[in-house]
Amino acid sequence: MTEFLQQLVNGLSLGAIYALIALGYTMVYGVLRFINFAHSEVFMVGAMIGLGLGRHLPEGTLWGGLVVLTAAMAGSALLGVTIERLVYRPLRGTATLNVLITAIGVSLLLQSVFQHPQVFGATPQLFPAVFPVKKIGFGDLVISSNQLVVITVAALLIVVLQLVVFRTRMGTAMRAVALNPQAAQLVGVNLNAVISFTFALGSALAGAGGVLYALNYPSVEPLMGVMPGLKAFVAAVLGGIGSIPGAALGGLILGTVETLVGGSAALSTYKDAIAFAVLILILLCRPTGLLGRSTAEKV
Amino acid sequence: MLSVANLSVSYGAINAVDGVSFAVPAGAIVTLIGGNGAGKTTTLRALSGLLRTRGGSITFDGADLTRLPPHEIVARGLGHVPEGRMIFANLTVDENLAMGAYLQHDRQRIAENRDYVFGIFPRLKERLRQSAGTLSGGEQQMLAIGRALMGSPKFLMLDEPSLGLAPRLVGTIFEKIQEINRSHGLTILLVEQNARLALEVSSHAHVLETGRVVMSGPSAELRADPRLKAAYLGG
Ligand SMILES: Nc1ncnc2c1ncn2[C@@H]1O[C@H](COP(=O)(O)OP(=O)(O)OP(=O)(O)O)[C@@H](O)[C@H]1O
Ligand SMILES: [Mg+2]
Repeated sequence: MTEFLQQLVNGLSLGAIYALIALGYTMVYGVLRFINFAHSEVFMVGAMIGLGLGRHLPEGTLWGGLVVLTAAMAGSALLGVTIERLVYRPLRGTATLNVLITAIGVSLLLQSVFQHPQVFGATPQLFPAVFPVKKIGFGDLVISSNQLVVITVAALLIVVLQLVVFRTRMGTAMRAVALNPQAAQLVGVNLNAVISFTFALGSALAGAGGVLYALNYPSVEPLMGVMPGLKAFVAAVLGGIGSIPGAALGGLILGTVETLVGGSAALSTYKDAIAFAVLILILLCRPTGLLGRSTAEKV
Repeated sequence: MLSVANLSVSYGAINAVDGVSFAVPAGAIVTLIGGNGAGKTTTLRALSGLLRTRGGSITFDGADLTRLPPHEIVARGLGHVPEGRMIFANLTVDENLAMGAYLQHDRQRIAENRDYVFGIFPRLKERLRQSAGTLSGGEQQMLAIGRALMGSPKFLMLDEPSLGLAPRLVGTIFEKIQEINRSHGLTILLVEQNARLALEVSSHAHVLETGRVVMSGPSAELRADPRLKAAYLGG
């Protein structure tokens, strides 16, 4: 039982990170109907920023951890907005496939840039323990303070995101664009501003995810975004792409299933296969994902 | 109030609108009529900035709108009830109206606009909490017009408000359009395939064919024109 609870906590903290990344995929899809494949590299860059700054800060302090987290979020937001402005915006209105391929190109470009020895190189580097490190025991159950940080930060960010989307003017504009971009413009929504804002928000969450992931892993390298990015994309589809609560739920489910399966000695080799089998099963029963709406989609 | 000179819009190699010129004087109802694919919708979408123009100019209240993005055009008082209505189907009637007031900051003004919309379309008031996608076609058209009115427009463009409605409802919607024009002094540009009705409510009309204006004049005169009768009014 304790073993199960232990794995559940591990799974939830991994799932919380998937959820943070998945939110960016789903929000961008919501307003632009396109999958930003460079999102996983924004996650990686977030971790890199965290590493660069974390080395210059004292280890094991709450304020240091929060500074690292905030800087990574801000830097990632800037990167996401820049990618949209320079690459995706000029291509807007062309075939979706062109933009998808370009996104994969941006993704590969960022990986290569960081693989350059002058920038980072291919060797993984240790991520500093920027947050205080403690083991907290509840009976036999041991929760690391890092897991607590991950779960708390992710939960707070998701709540803040929900408030932004449902309580602010910009959030209203985002929802209008997601429902019908042309109608949104005809009531006076500034489309470009909404798109930039969406990239900023989604990328900031990915940047936070990058730091939290690196903190637990605990190392950083240019290809670190690939697998978590793919899993988070799967989580977004699982939850219903375009749905914010869906992305959060999908991330938690995927992280938990993966960890529980990985924790059993007999099945651990197949953990990714089983995680994807769960995805396929859910999509067979609910093609629009767990919380997705079956509104007619114009492709 | 609005003047369009030599407007051209193309989709790739297709010139959907090819050198169209017309004017809409303040307070008038002017109509653009024409068959399928004549370029009516394309013209309106260019006027609201949803499509980039290839040439020509659009002047509204003395200001050049030609290169402005849609939200700035809306902010200047150009309302657009688009073809197919484009209501926010997942939102309630109430939320749709609130969206229409997206650029309005004065609460008092928003409340007045709501009362005004409910005065014209009492049906919307009865349906406030209903999801807009579940409204009937006629109610959706009322909502689309109501949403545009929530933005306090000075000028309203309507793209085929009669499309897909029962004849009795078409009559009602056209009465409301005239009422909005008369009681509020709102200038209206009406796009229609239903030429007979459009010519009845408008003062001036322009006939579009394959992206060009082929006939223009006071609606009363066009109604009597034998060429127009043959082509659009069923003989
Ligand atoms: N998105 C588009 N891409 C390519 N061609 C288009 C597009 N939209 C319209 N067209 C073409 O432009 C021309 C004008 O179309 P438009 O929709 O403006 O006509 P319309 O007068 O509004 O017709 P209807 O009364 O049927 O709505 C048509 O030949 C149409 O096929
Ligand atoms: Mg049309």
